[in-house]
Amino acid sequence: MADFEPRIVTFCCNWCSYAGADGAGVARLQMPTNFRIIRTMCSARVDPEFILRAFSKGADGVMVLGCHPGDCHYIGGNYRARRRIALLRLVLEQYGFDPKRLKLEWVSASEGEKFQKTVNEFVDTIKKLGPTPVKKEEN
Amino acid sequence: MCRLDKTFPTNDCSACILSPKMADCNGHPNIDVLTYHEVLKVDGEAGDFKVTVLKKARYVNPKECTGCGDCIAKCPVKNIPDKYEFGLVNRKAIYIPHAQAVPRVAVIDKSVCMKLTKDKCGNCFKACGKGAIHYDDKDEEIVLDVGSIIAAPGFKVWDASIATEYGYGRYKNVVTAIEYERMMCASGPDKGHITIPYFKVDNNTKEHPTKIAYIQCCGSRSEKKGWKKYCSSVCCMYATKQAMITKEHGDLQEDIFFMDIRSYGKEFEAYIHRGEDEYGIRMHRGARVSNVEENPDKSLTINYTDDQNNGVSETFDIVVLSVGLAPPEGAEEFAKTLGIELNNYGFCKTSVFKPLETTRKGIFVTGAFAAPKDIPTSVAEACGSSAKAGAWIVKKDFTPCAPKKYPVEKDVIGKEPRIGVWVCHCGINIGSVVKVPEVVEYAKTLPHVIIANESQYACAQDCLESISKAIVEQDLNRVVVASCTPRTHEPLFREACRDGGLNKYLFNMANIRDQCSWIHMHQPEAATAKAKDLLRMALAKAALLEPLVGSEIPVTNAAAVIGGGITGMNAALDIAAQGYPVHIVEKEKELGGFARNFNFKEDGICVKDYLAELIAKVEKCPLIIVHTGVTVKDIPGFVGNFTLRLSDGKDYPVGGVLFAVGAKPYQPTEYNYGKDAKVMTQIDFEAKLKDGYSPQNVVFIQCVGSRNDSVHYCSRVCCASSLRNAIKVKMANPMANVTIVHKDIRTYGFREELYQKASCLGVKFLRYPVTNAMPEYDGKCVKAFDATLGDYVEIPVDALVLATGIAPDRENKENLAKMVKVPISKDGFYFEAHQKLRPVDFATEGVYVAGAAHWPKFMDECIAQASGAASRMLTVISKDKLISEGIVAGVNESLCDGCGVCVGCCDYNAVSLVKQADGSFKSQVNPGLCKGCGCCVASCPSGALEQKGFRTKQIIAEIDACLDYPVGGE
Repeated sequence: MADFEPRIVTFCCNWCSYAGADGAGVARLQMPTNFRIIRTMCSARVDPEFILRAFSKGADGVMVLGCHPGDCHYIGGNYRARRRIALLRLVLEQYGFDPKRLKLEWVSASEGEKFQKTVNEFVDTIKKLGPTPVKKEEN
Repeated sequence: MCRLDKTFPTNDCSACILSPKMADCNGHPNIDVLTYHEVLKVDGEAGDFKVTVLKKARYVNPKECTGCGDCIAKCPVKNIPDKYEFGLVNRKAIYIPHAQAVPRVAVIDKSVCMKLTKDKCGNCFKACGKGAIHYDDKDEEIVLDVGSIIAAPGFKVWDASIATEYGYGRYKNVVTAIEYERMMCASGPDKGHITIPYFKVDNNTKEHPTKIAYIQCCGSRSEKKGWKKYCSSVCCMYATKQAMITKEHGDLQEDIFFMDIRSYGKEFEAYIHRGEDEYGIRMHRGARVSNVEENPDKSLTINYTDDQNNGVSETFDIVVLSVGLAPPEGAEEFAKTLGIELNNYGFCKTSVFKPLETTRKGIFVTGAFAAPKDIPTSVAEACGSSAKAGAWIVKKDFTPCAPKKYPVEKDVIGKEPRIGVWVCHCGINIGSVVKVPEVVEYAKTLPHVIIANESQYACAQDCLESISKAIVEQDLNRVVVASCTPRTHEPLFREACRDGGLNKYLFNMANIRDQCSWIHMHQPEAATAKAKDLLRMALAKAALLEPLVGSEIPVTNAAAVIGGGITGMNAALDIAAQGYPVHIVEKEKELGGFARNFNFKEDGICVKDYLAELIAKVEKCPLIIVHTGVTVKDIPGFVGNFTLRLSDGKDYPVGGVLFAVGAKPYQPTEYNYGKDAKVMTQIDFEAKLKDGYSPQNVVFIQCVGSRNDSVHYCSRVCCASSLRNAIKVKMANPMANVTIVHKDIRTYGFREELYQKASCLGVKFLRYPVTNAMPEYDGKCVKAFDATLGDYVEIPVDALVLATGIAPDRENKENLAKMVKVPISKDGFYFEAHQKLRPVDFATEGVYVAGAAHWPKFMDECIAQASGAASRMLTVISKDKLISEGIVAGVNESLCDGCGVCVGCCDYNAVSLVKQADGSFKSQVNPGLCKGCGCCVASCPSGALEQKGFRTKQIIAEIDACLDYPVGGE
C-alpha cells in the first residue's frame, strides 16, 4: 500500500481552473504527478458519463474544477456542475463507491496555490482510501 | 489593475479579468502593442496626426524572447527595488516586469546592467538559447500616422509620506493600500500570506496580524499642504474590499475610519452592508484620525475623534492608509506633448457635456486621467472614447488592414488521420525535467503519428514554418504540439496550421510545461511519464477532431436606440458619426427625456440650452430616424438580426438594440409632500429658484426614497443637487439659514468642490446616524438627531427640500427585458453582462445598456456611457457578417426526444424546442447565440446534443487514452 500511486483524472474549465493550474506552473508550485488534466470549456460540460467512464476504466479519483460561484465565464455553468456532481456523488454512494473519490472544487485563474493545495489534499485522500474497488474486482 | 488582488464589488480576481484582455490586444491584427515606447511629439490635426514615438532600447528582441526566464536566473545584479511590487521585493538588471506581462519578454535596465555600464558579465547573452539578447540595441524614433488619439495614462498613487502624522516611511507597519494589495495578492511577493511587515523583517515568530486599521481619505478631501481637495472616489470601496478579503484569510478585527462612506455606485451600498454585517468590519463614521504612533513593540496606536467629539485611542498591528489617486507621473509634460490642457487638479480637462474629449480636437481621454474613477466606469468610458476616436478614422477613410490570405483548406473528411507531432524543450524549461527525446520516440509508436520532432522552441518562427511546411509535404491532416499552455499559444499554432492549409480546429496541444515540468521539477521520471500520457491523450483527441467553420451570420447595418433622452441621443449621434443609420424610439411626444425638467447650469451652460442643441443635431442628422410617441411592441431576432416592432405597426430591421430608457424620479409620499406647499422636490425647488424665490430657512433632507428598508441603494446624484441648490440659496441670500440633513455626503471626485463651497458659504450640515429613523417634520420645524451633538435639534423651515432618489421604473424595463431576454438586477435596473469586463453589454449579444437605465448617474457619466454603448453597438453593426465561434453545440435530430431539458439550462437562450411537422418537438441550437460552454450537451439524456471541438467521443477518447495504458504508456 505504501507505494500506491493513485491515478486521477482532473477536468478543468478553460477560463478559471485550467488557468489556475497554469498559474501553479508559472509560480513553480511543486506537487505530485498523479493527476492528468482534461480541459473543457466549462465545468458544466463535464457529463457525469465522463466521470463514470473514468471510474470504470480504473481511475482512483476524479476531480472537477471550475470557476468560483458567481464568476462563471458562462453565467451559471458552475452552478449546474455543482448540482450534477452532488447528485452523482449520491449515486456513487448508493453503489458502494466512496463519494470522496469524486471532488468538486473552485479554483480561479489566479489561484495557483489553491490548485496545488487541492491536488495535494486530493492525492492524500485517495492514498488513504486505497486503490479503486473497480481494479480490485478485476484482479 | 494587474497589481490589484481582487476588485470590488464582485471581488473577482484582477488577473482573470485583465489577462485575457491583454492577450487579446497583443494578438489582434488591428492592434500594435508598443510597450516601452514614449510619445515625443504630436503634429498635425484631427484626422491626420503624426505622432513621433521613442522606441526605447530594450536590449532584448521581443520577437525572439520566449519569456522563459533563463537570462534572469543568470543575472548577477540583484537588489534592484522592483517597481511593480512597490519595492516590496527586488529584481535583477534583466527582468520581466511581472508574471502576466504582455508581451511576456525580458528587458534590461541599462542603468544597472554590468554589461551595459562596465562591459563586464554578458551572462544573459550566454544563457539565452534563442540569441534574443542584443547589447547594441539603440533607442529609435518612429512616426505613426493616425487619425485620432486616446490618452489613457491612468493615475499615480498619492505619496503617503506627505501625511507625516500617519508615520508612513517611518513606521514599518504603516503601509499604503496599494502595498497592502500586493501583500494580499496570491501572485504578490508574499503569495497572499498577510504578515506584519515589521516582524517579517526581523524574523520574529509573531506573524499574522490580529488587528488592522484602515484610514480613509489619506491624501484626499483636505486643504492641507500637498493633499488633494477632491475625493478620490474609489477608496471607501477598496478599503472595504481589502477588509473583506483579509477576513477571508483569517479571523481578525478590522476597523475603517472615515468621514463619509461613499458607496454611490452600482451594488456598492449592498457591498458596504455586507462588509459591516456579514464580515463584522467595524465602521467608524465621522472619525478623522489625528495621528498614528508607534509603540515599543512596533504596534501602532491610532488617535482619533469619534463622531461625538470624544478623543479615542486604539492599538493595531497594521495600519493601512487608503491613499488617494493623483494625476499620473509626468502629467504636465504629457499634456504638453499632446497639446491638451489639464484642469485645476492636474487631471485632463474635460467638460460635463463632452466628458471624453480633451481640449484638442481628435484627442480623447479615458480612465482615471480625466478624474479618479473605478474600473467599471473606466471600461465603459474606454469603449466610449474608442467610438469617438473611430469617427475620425472613418472620416479619414483609412484603408482597413488587408485580411491575410490563407491557402485553401485541405479536405480531411473521411481520411485516415495523419498526425504530425512537435515536442518542445522550451529551452530548459521542459527539457531539463522531461526527457524530450524519449517522449518523441514514444510518440512515434502511437497510432496515426506520421512524424514526431523535437524542437528547442516550438513557438519560434522556424518551427512554426516547419509545421506549415510539413502539413503540405507530409500530407498531415492533424497537428499536435506538446509544449506550454493553449491559453497563450494555441492561436499561434493554429495560425501555423492555417498557413499550411489545415483547418485551425484540427490542432491540439499537450501542456507539458506549465502543468508538468514546472510543477514536477524534482521528479524527472514521473514527469516524463506524465508528459507521455498527456501527449497520448492529446493525440487520441486529435485523431477525432473535425474541421469546423463558424457559421456566418448576416448583419443588418442599423441600430435601434430605445429612449430619446440625453443618453439615447448621444449614443445615436456617435453611431451615426460612423455612417450607420439609427432608429431612436421615444415614447413621449418629444425628445429630451428627463433632462427637460432641469433648470440648472453645468460648466456655465444651461442644461436646457444644451438639450435644445442636442435635439437639433439629432433631428438634422440624415442617418437618425426619430420615432416619437410610439413604444416598442417586440424585438424578435438575435445579434445582427433583430426586428424593431413598434406600436405604430411598423417593423424595422436592426443589427443591435440599445436600452437607454432612463429611470424615474422617486415620487415622495413622505413629509406631507403634495399637500404642504413648503415641501418640495429638488426639481420643484429649482423651478421656483429660477423664478426668483429666495426663502430664509431652508432644510434639505437627503436620502428620501434611497438607502432605506425598501430601496437599499444610493441614488448617487442627490447630494450634489442639494449642494448645488444650497449654494444658489446662499449666493442669493447670504443670511439664509440653510441646513442639509444627511447620512453621508457623497460628493465624490471633483464634486467635492460643491461640498467645500457650501461649507464656506455657511451651509450647515447635520449628520444623523444611518441606523436612525428619518428626521421628523411637523409643518413648522424639522426635528433631527444630530450625531455630533448627541441630541435632537429643531430647525425652523420655510422650504423643506426633499432630496428624492431615482426609482428604476421597473415595469417599463421588465417589458423590454422580456423581449430580448436580458436580466434585471434586484434593485430594478438593467443587469449588464459583467460589471467590469462588459459594463454596457448584456449577456445577450447585440443588446446594450447605457445611462440611468443601468444605474442612477450624472449627466457627464450618462454621456460617456452612451458613447461606450455606441462603440459596443458599432462592433456588431459595422460588420457585413459575423462569424460565430466554431466550438458551438449542435443537435442530432434523430436522437432528440424533445424533452427540453437543454432549453432550461442554456443561459443564453440559444437552445429552443421547434415543433416538427408530425407534432413532435426537436431541440434546435442557434449558433449565433451559442457561446460553446457545452452545458446543454452534458444535460442531454439521449446524447442528441454535441459540442463541436469537445464532442463526447473526443473527451471519452482522452479519458480512455489516459487510463487504458499504464502510466507512461510502456
